[in-house]
Amino acid sequence: MRTVADLKIGEKGVIVSFSDELLSLKLLEMGCLPGTQVTMTHIAPFGDPIAVKVSGYVLSMRKDEASTIVVA
Amino acid sequence: MKKSPKIALIGNPNAGKSSLFNSLTGLRQKTGNFPGVTMDKLIGKWNLETGTEAEILDLPGIYSIYPKSVDEQVVINILANPQHPDYPDMAIVVADASNLKRNLLLFSQVRDLGIPTVLALNMIDVAENSGIVINSFKLAKELNVEVAEVNAKKGIGLNGLRLAVNKTLEQRFNSNDSLPVEYSPELIDEIKEKYGDTDDYHALLWLSEHDNLKQFDTEQRVGFDKLQEKYGWNSKKFQAQETVSRYAVLNEIVDGCLHQIPVEDEPVKTWTDRLDKVFLHQFWGYFVFLGILFLMFQAVFTWAAYPQDLIDNGVAWLNQYLKDTLPESQLVNLLTDGLIAGIGGVVVFVPQIVFLFLFISLLEETGYMSRVMFIMDKLMRRFGLNGKSVVPLISGVACAVPAIMSTRSIGSWKDRLITIMVTPLMSCSARLPIYTVLIALVVPEKSTLFGIFSLQGVALFGLYLLGFGMAILSAWILKVVLKAKERSYFIMELPSYKGPRFKHIMISLLNSTKAFVFEAGKIIVAISIVLWVMASYGPGNAMQEAEQKVKTENPTLTGADLENKIAAQKLESSYAGHFGKVLEPAIKPLGYDWKIGIALLTSFAAREVFVGTMSTIYSLGGEVDDENTTVMNRMRAEINPETGKPMYDAALGFSLMIFYAFAMQCMSTLATTYRETKSWRYPAIQLVYMTTLAYLSAFIVYQLLK
Ligand SMILES: Nc1nc2c(ncn2[C@@H]2O[C@H](COP(=O)(O)OP(=O)(O)OP(=O)(O)O)[C@@H](O)[C@H]2O)c(=O)[nH]1
Ligand SMILES: [Mg+2]
Repeated sequence: MRTVADLKIGEKGVIVSFSDELLSLKLLEMGCLPGTQVTMTHIAPFGDPIAVKVSGYVLSMRKDEASTIVVA
Repeated sequence: MKKSPKIALIGNPNAGKSSLFNSLTGLRQKTGNFPGVTMDKLIGKWNLETGTEAEILDLPGIYSIYPKSVDEQVVINILANPQHPDYPDMAIVVADASNLKRNLLLFSQVRDLGIPTVLALNMIDVAENSGIVINSFKLAKELNVEVAEVNAKKGIGLNGLRLAVNKTLEQRFNSNDSLPVEYSPELIDEIKEKYGDTDDYHALLWLSEHDNLKQFDTEQRVGFDKLQEKYGWNSKKFQAQETVSRYAVLNEIVDGCLHQIPVEDEPVKTWTDRLDKVFLHQFWGYFVFLGILFLMFQAVFTWAAYPQDLIDNGVAWLNQYLKDTLPESQLVNLLTDGLIAGIGGVVVFVPQIVFLFLFISLLEETGYMSRVMFIMDKLMRRFGLNGKSVVPLISGVACAVPAIMSTRSIGSWKDRLITIMVTPLMSCSARLPIYTVLIALVVPEKSTLFGIFSLQGVALFGLYLLGFGMAILSAWILKVVLKAKERSYFIMELPSYKGPRFKHIMISLLNSTKAFVFEAGKIIVAISIVLWVMASYGPGNAMQEAEQKVKTENPTLTGADLENKIAAQKLESSYAGHFGKVLEPAIKPLGYDWKIGIALLTSFAAREVFVGTMSTIYSLGGEVDDENTTVMNRMRAEINPETGKPMYDAALGFSLMIFYAFAMQCMSTLATTYRETKSWRYPAIQLVYMTTLAYLSAFIVYQLLK
């Protein structure tokens, strides 16, 4: 299962589902909806956290949070 | 229309609510380009039309009506409770036009709560820069509300907003009774029956958030729990479903009203993208951050030196002038050597504090602060903190009180508590005068590191780093002790960079500097007077005895030498001297004598009085000659009676610096910790652990350097 955490810088993916119910509400509210496209834009020093472009803005999250977002 | 309608500014974090608040009311609420600047509500007045003055309520930002942190909870406590004194007659939802869809989610929720709403489209300029054009007429029609385009920062479009607000206030508002989500009507009826009549959406909000809503007592909460059980209600599921279906509706509306040029796949390369390539870079990111900090401390020490010299000379001149013109008396001495020298001791640091505040507000206003959170999160997490702890830690360099308040945006209680506990270890601006005086005494002025950086500036930078290092070390220890396994998250918007407004920065600089001088000034004046009395009088006839003693012991001494000896003996016999003497055995191992003991006592409640106390003590304690008018010169002239060498050598200087770096000497901070944690336990722990840390570290430093 590919998740946002697996994307390389510049790579895109389309959100399919979430594997963590508690986090998913926060992510949904922030505009990470199933069917939207995410682009990996930055990876912090030491590989964590990461930042993605989603719904037209840049959203940062930790790697383990990114790995709850399944993409295709 | 009501005489003075209450209007709440509601919107996502960083949408520009506080900027709009400032433009409407003329007040100066703090703004900054990162999510989570405003932590509490603030009320101001706005003239709607002749005769009607609206009450404007600025609030912390929220992403939805389901709060995830303490600052967000403040807003929901108001919105969920129509009986709340701050419950608004109307809401202006401030939306960031460059991020319309996400901002409209909250808008649709607020409208469904039955609050008459106007949509203020802010940051149109930012949207245009990334190629977004919005048809706001169409948007108004689709959403069935008044829409006003504004630029909150520059105060453009306020008349349009006023019109929209007036129109909305005059209309009878029809709340939207078809919610975009399914629920059982029987459940709603039961809630209304038990908890009072309300609209459906309020009832659902109560049901899913009742545990955190202030308006309900324990019994009522249990009642909600029972209802949830009876109907198999799952709040998180409901909220997720609601969010998805709201977005489905909004998607269509936004797609029809928004035009993106060029197409989404190849967005315009903005300044933000370019800058982030460097600022968020794996290696250069840290490099830039350290560089900025280093520049800041060099500026504080070297650039500020010129205006400081001017002030210093001015104060010395004033003192001399007063002494020459006024008749000689004890009271004049109190005025010149105590009060004016003490206040001068603070005023002289104003240039440094201005530079410090300037750098911090530039970090906040440009948007760089959230980049620091981003690159520091991993490091911080290792020590039990959170990327968001960076904001309190950095603003703690100015003052711990607002810094501790800013922890409210940290979602996890454990992360927040640890941040609160360690923030006072960051060197605040009240420590700056102490550091500066002591560094000037023990670090040679002319020396440089690698021929470019002044060694004094490096020493100051070192002290700040030490404070930071100790803060994260303590955080790590707390993390191990607390062992809390609470989940923390770091889902945060990185806003685009924005140019700071020169005028705003100047005004906020002026305000914070004024606050610093007056707050510190008040305490210094009060404590100086008390100290002067305590140092001029002694128990019984101790003062006469002191004079007698000196005269009999030194029968040959005359003139100024005799006067100085008497003054020194008198200070020692005074009340203040007694207190210092009581403390002396305890602080001897740190290299301090009873005079420094007096300073420790007076700065127990507020460390900024250290310099003032020093100036009072050394002016009363003899050696009053014309050249030693400034505190620093007096301290430089002080001789250690045991060794015959200057008192303030490297060992004592650094021991004192370390002590003041770590000691908890600030009542206001303790009070703030109490307020934010709602328990006396945490301020007590803070006081004990920081004082112990200060004592032990100063002891080690003194014994090593001695
Ligand atoms: N370019 C531009 N910048 C704006 C505009 N309105 C506000 N800003 C900037 O956006 C940033 C955020 O503004 P604030 O007023 O602090 O936002 P807020 O909504 O109060 O944020 P929180 O208190 O964190 O919820 C600041 O740096 C403002 O200067 C605008 O119309 N255009
Ligand atoms: Mg604000």
